[in-house]
Amino acid sequence: MLVKQLSVFMENRPGRLYKLTHALGQEGIDFVTLSIADTKDFGIVRFIARDNERAYEILKAAGFTVGITELIGVEVNDRPNALAEVVALMEEANINIEYLYSFVLTNHNTAKILMRVEDTDRAVKLLKEKGIRLLSEKIL
Amino acid sequence: MKGTLKDYIYRPEYECLSRSEMENLQSERLRKTVELVYNHCKPYRAKMDEFKIKPSDIRSVADLSKLPFTVKHDLRAAYPFGFYTAPQRDIVEVHASSGTTGKLTVVGYTQNDIDVWAEVAARGLAMAGVTKDSLVHVAYGYGLFTGGLGAHYGSQKIGASTVPASAGNTIRQLTLLRDFGATHLCCTPSYAIFLGTELEKAGMDIKDFNLQGGVFGAEPWTYQMREEIERVLNIDALDIYGLSEISGPGVAMECMQKHGSHVQEDHFIPEIIDPETLEPLPFGSEGELVFTTITKTGQPLIRYRTRDLCTLSDEKCACGRTTVKMSKVKGRSDDMLIIRGVNVFPSQIEAAIMNVAGVSPHYMIYVDRINNLDVIEIDIELAGNLTPDRVSDIENIKKKVETEVNSYIGLSAKIKLCESGSIRRSEGKAVRVVDRREQ
Repeated sequence: MLVKQLSVFMENRPGRLYKLTHALGQEGIDFVTLSIADTKDFGIVRFIARDNERAYEILKAAGFTVGITELIGVEVNDRPNALAEVVALMEEANINIEYLYSFVLTNHNTAKILMRVEDTDRAVKLLKEKGIRLLSEKIL
Repeated sequence: MKGTLKDYIYRPEYECLSRSEMENLQSERLRKTVELVYNHCKPYRAKMDEFKIKPSDIRSVADLSKLPFTVKHDLRAAYPFGFYTAPQRDIVEVHASSGTTGKLTVVGYTQNDIDVWAEVAARGLAMAGVTKDSLVHVAYGYGLFTGGLGAHYGSQKIGASTVPASAGNTIRQLTLLRDFGATHLCCTPSYAIFLGTELEKAGMDIKDFNLQGGVFGAEPWTYQMREEIERVLNIDALDIYGLSEISGPGVAMECMQKHGSHVQEDHFIPEIIDPETLEPLPFGSEGELVFTTITKTGQPLIRYRTRDLCTLSDEKCACGRTTVKMSKVKGRSDDMLIIRGVNVFPSQIEAAIMNVAGVSPHYMIYVDRINNLDVIEIDIELAGNLTPDRVSDIENIKKKVETEVNSYIGLSAKIKLCESGSIRRSEGKAVRVVDRREQ
């Protein structure tokens, strides 16, 4: 019931993001999502590819510090306050959100929210109870 | 280059002996010391037995090279007190310096040894013109490190007013220096420059200070640094040399000729050896400095290898002293770094890093001098199997490395986490340290 995502550690120096995107691009890997968390000293690139396993193999072989994480993905209607409602559920249950990002695919009237929380099992249970549509890797 | 201090000879009856007088004195003291260590120090007895040498084989300084060397590792193997030649009840002070594996090198002093130390430190301070009328501000750290107490004992022996400021709190240091009218400053050379630059930043004027001389040591420094210190503090800056194993600061000290440091030869016999073949080298040759203490009674050392590289000279000095002079230390014959006066071995840093999960054993240590202070940066690769997802996970790894390194070497280092595979792998002997301080 969880969505797989790749995370790559990256030093803050020029050319690193190019090296990553180029390594995947020339192998025909297509990104579904990509976000970057940056700090003063380093960044973490998080992305979902059409073919996560192959992307992982390619990056490992190219020497990147890469790992696979599992996220909770939910689908909501693309309308105001939809994100707030999901966040409110987590807050009421006192589940800390580590990070979150969302995206909308063209020709869809739904938005997808991806998040990493402190207590994944409890969050999944809660979202199911509230009837929120959960994404799996396939649905994505 | 100020050149206004009045260098005077504190103990001419020992500092101005002819070569044969000095050798006779050294020979007599060496015989006693060898007798002492053979009878009262197990590691020495074992070593001498192994080399089939009896105390009676050592008649004069010419026989010195028959004796085995002592290295830091010997002291650590006998940790903590295995090298004492005096009973514990006669030991009045203990000092220690950091070692390669986190284990300390311990040195015990009898009252006689403290008196010897005070004597040689006083001779050194006299070269910088310290008299009963002086006010000596000691900004070396006081504690297990010998810098603070060594300068303190020497200054008190002369009878100067001694201010035990110890290290840290720069603004307070500057205020004390100015308000008390200190004539002399004792600290590390890098801290002296730092004080000079902070003085300007704090809006103080060097004209309001009464400083005349500085006695700087505990880390190697260059002639360029001397010029800089003399300029910013408007003083004569002199180099003091010492190491806790032998005594502490005062083993050798630069006179106002500012060209080499006089070794207090009636207490410590210096030799220069080839660090590879271990053969003694003649005056003028560069090699590793070795000392034999000949007046200490708590923990005398025979042919102790300092690992410091320099030259010795018996050329006549214009100051009138006849003691042998050592050049500035040009480097080390091992990989020890001296950072802010603290001895640091790369192996300590490696041991610290190995205690942290999430990083690899691939690292580089960079040492720089930024704003005249030594700084260490350690670049270290993350472990290849790490899942680098949460920023807080990565930051925790960094904090753990910082804490571990600090607890191993007693200094804070800047930690930079790197991508796996990004640190250059060397073929053969790994290059782990880049010292970018100007030599």
